[in-house]
Formats: sequence, C-alpha cells, structure tokens
Amino acid sequence: METALDTGTTAWMLISASLVLLMTPALSLFYGGMVRTKSVLNMMMMSFGALGVVGVIYVLWGYSMSYGSTDILGVFASPFDHFALHGLLADAGGEWVINSLGYPEAVNVAFQATFAIITVALISGAIADRARFGTWLVFSALWVTLAYFPLAHMVWGGGLLSADGPIAKIATPIDFAGGTVVHINAGMAGLVLALIVGTRVGFGKVAMRPHNLPLVMLGAGLLWFGWFGFNAGSALAADGNAGLAWINTLVATSAGILGWLVTERIRSGHATSLGAASGIVAGLVAVTPAAGSISPLGAILLGLVAGGLCAVAVEWKFRLGYDDSLDVVGVHLVAGLWGTIAIGFLATGSGLFYGHGGAQLLAQVLAAAIALAFTAVITTVIGLALKYTMGWRISEEDERLGIDQIAHAESAYDISGTSGLIVGASDPSMIPVAPTPAGHPTLATTTAISTAANSTAADTPADPTREESRA
Amino acid sequence: MKLITAIIKPHQVEVVRAALEEFGISGLTVSEARGYGRQKGHSEVYRGAEYTVDFVPKARIEVLVEDGEDYRIVDAIVAAARTGRIGDGKVWVTSVDEVVRVRTGERGEAAV
Repeated sequence: METALDTGTTAWMLISASLVLLMTPALSLFYGGMVRTKSVLNMMMMSFGALGVVGVIYVLWGYSMSYGSTDILGVFASPFDHFALHGLLADAGGEWVINSLGYPEAVNVAFQATFAIITVALISGAIADRARFGTWLVFSALWVTLAYFPLAHMVWGGGLLSADGPIAKIATPIDFAGGTVVHINAGMAGLVLALIVGTRVGFGKVAMRPHNLPLVMLGAGLLWFGWFGFNAGSALAADGNAGLAWINTLVATSAGILGWLVTERIRSGHATSLGAASGIVAGLVAVTPAAGSISPLGAILLGLVAGGLCAVAVEWKFRLGYDDSLDVVGVHLVAGLWGTIAIGFLATGSGLFYGHGGAQLLAQVLAAAIALAFTAVITTVIGLALKYTMGWRISEEDERLGIDQIAHAESAYDISGTSGLIVGASDPSMIPVAPTPAGHPTLATTTAISTAANSTAADTPADPTREESRA
Repeated sequence: MKLITAIIKPHQVEVVRAALEEFGISGLTVSEARGYGRQKGHSEVYRGAEYTVDFVPKARIEVLVEDGEDYRIVDAIVAAARTGRIGDGKVWVTSVDEVVRVRTGERGEAAV
C-alpha cells in the first residue's frame, strides 16, 4: 500500500458520490415539470432509464475505458483492463487499493459513475415527448461508451486534453468538474439529436407550456444541492480547494438566478419562476469547470453572465427551428462553453485578467473546440444509425395522444376518480361492494386478476357504485 | 338563442378556437371532461395489475350563439375538430330561454 488511507477524504468522497447520484432523479423532476401532463412520465423515465443502463455499464467497462491503464491514442483506455472492476478494488494480498489521493479506488469508481449517469440523462431534455423509449436506452448505452468514456479519458484520464496531452504544451486545459466532459458533451449531443430526431408535432405553433412549475423548482433546488458533491467533490479531497469550490458553486449559482431574472425582466417584462430555476442551472453549469480555479468574485461575474447569456440563448431554437425541447443546448452547451472559456480570463493562477497572458485562454478554447467536434461526430453517427435501424419517433397520432400512455401504459395524474376497473373484474361477484366482517376484500380483488385475466371490463357498462367500491 | 356543446379531443381545442374566431365568436367556455363512447378506453399496468381506463380525456366546449347562426358554427366546429379517427366526439345544439350578461345586465341576444 503506497498511500495511507485518509478517512476524512474518503468520507467526503462517499458523501459527494451520493450527492451527485441524487442529481439524476432531481433532473427528472426539473425536466418532468417542464413537459406537458401527457408526457411527464416518459420524461422522467428517460433519466431513470439512464440510471439503469449507465450504472451497470460503468461498472462493467466504463471505469476501465475512462481510467484504465492501457491508453489507446490518448482517446480512450482499454475496456478490458478492469472489466467489471477486475483487479481494481483490492490487491493480490486482499488489501483495499488506495489511490494516490488517499481514498479507496472503490470510492473513486462510485464518484465517477454518478457523473456518467447524469451526463446521459441531461441529453434527454432535447428530445422530449417524442422518442421511442427502447431507442433511448440503446442510445444511452452506445453514447456513454463511445462519447462519454473517451472524453472523460481525454480530459481526466491522462489523454489528449489532459496535462499529459499536446495542448498542455501551451497550457494545461482546466476542467475542474466537467465543463467539457459533461456539459459541452451533453449539450452538443442534445443539439445533434434534436436535429436528427426532428421537431415535435406542432412545434412553434402549439403552446407547449410546462405543466408543473413547482416540480421544476423542486428539481432545480435538488440539483443545486447535489451539485455541491459534483463540484466540491471534484477537489478529490476534503480540503480548502473543496471549500473554495463549494463557495463558488453557491455564488455563481446565486448570480445565475439574478442574471437570468434581470435579463428576462428587461426583455419580456417579468421575472419568472421558470427563469429562476433555469438561472440556477445556467450558473451551476458555468461554474462547473471553473469552481476550483477562480475567486468568489470571479464566480459572481461568471454566474451573472451565464444567467444572462442563457436567458437569450434559449430563444434561438425558435428562430433556427431545432426543437431542443427543454433547452439542453441553450443552457448546458452555452453555459458549458462560457464556463470553459471564461477560465482563460478568470483563473486566478493563469487567467488573462490576472496578468498571465493568453496561453490558458487558448488552451481552453482548443479543449472546448475538440470536445465539441468529437461529440458532434460521435453523436451524429450513433443518432443516424439508430434512426435507420430502430427508429427514433413514435407515431404522430401517438404523440398527439401522449407518449406516457403509448410507451409506459400509465397516467401521471389521476385526480378525477375515473381510474377504471381491474381487467378481469367484469364479474360483479368478484368485486366487493363493502367489506364483509369475515372477508378480506383485497384478496377478492387479487383473485379476480389471476382467474379471469382473459375477459375485459370493457364488456360491462361503467357502474358508478363499482367505481367507488374499487377506490 | 342556442347553446352549442361540443365534446372533442383535447388536442383539437386550439384548432376549434381558431376556427371560431374567424366566425366572429368572441367567447366560449372550455372544460376538461372525461368520456366513454365508441372509442372505449385503454389499458394501463401498475406492478402487474392491468387496469382498463374506460373514461378517456376529452374537452367540452360551450358556445352561446344567436338563433340562425347555430348551423354554420356547428359545421365549423365539426370541420375543425375532425381527425377522422374514432373518438373525435360529438356536437349538439340546445335552445336557450334566457341569457344575461352579468356586468351590464343586458338580456337576450344582446348578451350573447
């Protein structure tokens, strides 16, 4: 064992990993509230689908492809070095492997896996309401393997965009917690997919209003909470740099709210709740790559500009005609680019504003451009391949009806009390009208499902008394 | 005076409203409704238990019009609401004895 276990850092990294995992369900609330009632479940399921697919893949070959020992062209590492974490967690003598930063490799896998999951889930907002669920799951597997793991390797795993890569001769590109790997990557993928999948029925004509803004605000709040693990955890230590990242994640986000609200107040007359929730995400995205290398004052400037810039950028889709439904491009790509490039000005140790010349700025622009081009090419190939094999779109009629019913056979909300009958319950004697003293009414209902599954309740007229008895 | 009531598919409401605007209809009422007809329902599955949801979401539009106008308004609603698929809905017309505009107290056709 080369390095001693640092229990403080280990504890913090375990907490951070858990915080980042929470961001994906939080994102599903944020996105779910923004779509219409007829597609909220599908929207949330795209995040939960990513949790399923990417969680498993990360352990199988994700970590190995990102941080394995055999580097291939500086683009990715061999997926077979540590397939299913083989040989990674414990050494030959059965001792836990502790990395050079003083925490177990197992904890590092946990922390990194959560980043891969949220990155895939972010893309789903660009293709809301209209994508076949199976195609999305296959896309998640292909994209995380061919776009995310390689970029994570390039930036954080010793590849092309790291301190060991060619750009480091100018200056080492800074990506503290994922401006390129997470946000430029997901944002560009969102743009490409929105173009390949095409616009929703009625895009630009029918109002597609968010159906539940309190859900959006709850999601934004939980995202912020989880993001403290994302950014402060990316210090990879429980130290002062983690504290700085935490403060920057607070103030840049606060400034992001203000930047967005002021911009929309001037442009359209009102400070909106959706604007505040979006400003939170814009600020968080922008500060992600910069959190560990800028001052809190720089973070305020960074967040203010991010909020204002994104508030304008979300309007581009209507002018240019791409249906990036929930503004993955307008928020994640734009703020991700801004945060990554702004480091060239704001980094206290190497930025232009601190008298260090333009080398860092050039390195940041190059890293952003390479990430942008890489993910554009990979996503185009995967997106088109799926378009001509599995197909991306549900039918137009199904889209009008609502994807929840078609893809998942569920309704998100049942507030009117007309929720139907259990299939097989058409025989009135099977339905308990009132609980009898000796009987168990729930058992009778269960029997009805298993014994009479072939008959349908549609044969019988709807009877209000039976409705009540079932409810 | 006539009351036109239309039960249509929810996503056709905007189309109908736009069509009626061209006829100079200045006001109408829309409510969310659920209905059961030839379209039947669909089934949903929760943890393996399958439910038939017999009542499907519909929108109910109500418009008050002057006598003699009702037929062309009905035609306009039908043309705008039709998708050609089962479950497009129904439109019916009923006679109305009296209408009062609450703010002004106007009665009859002036209040329509």
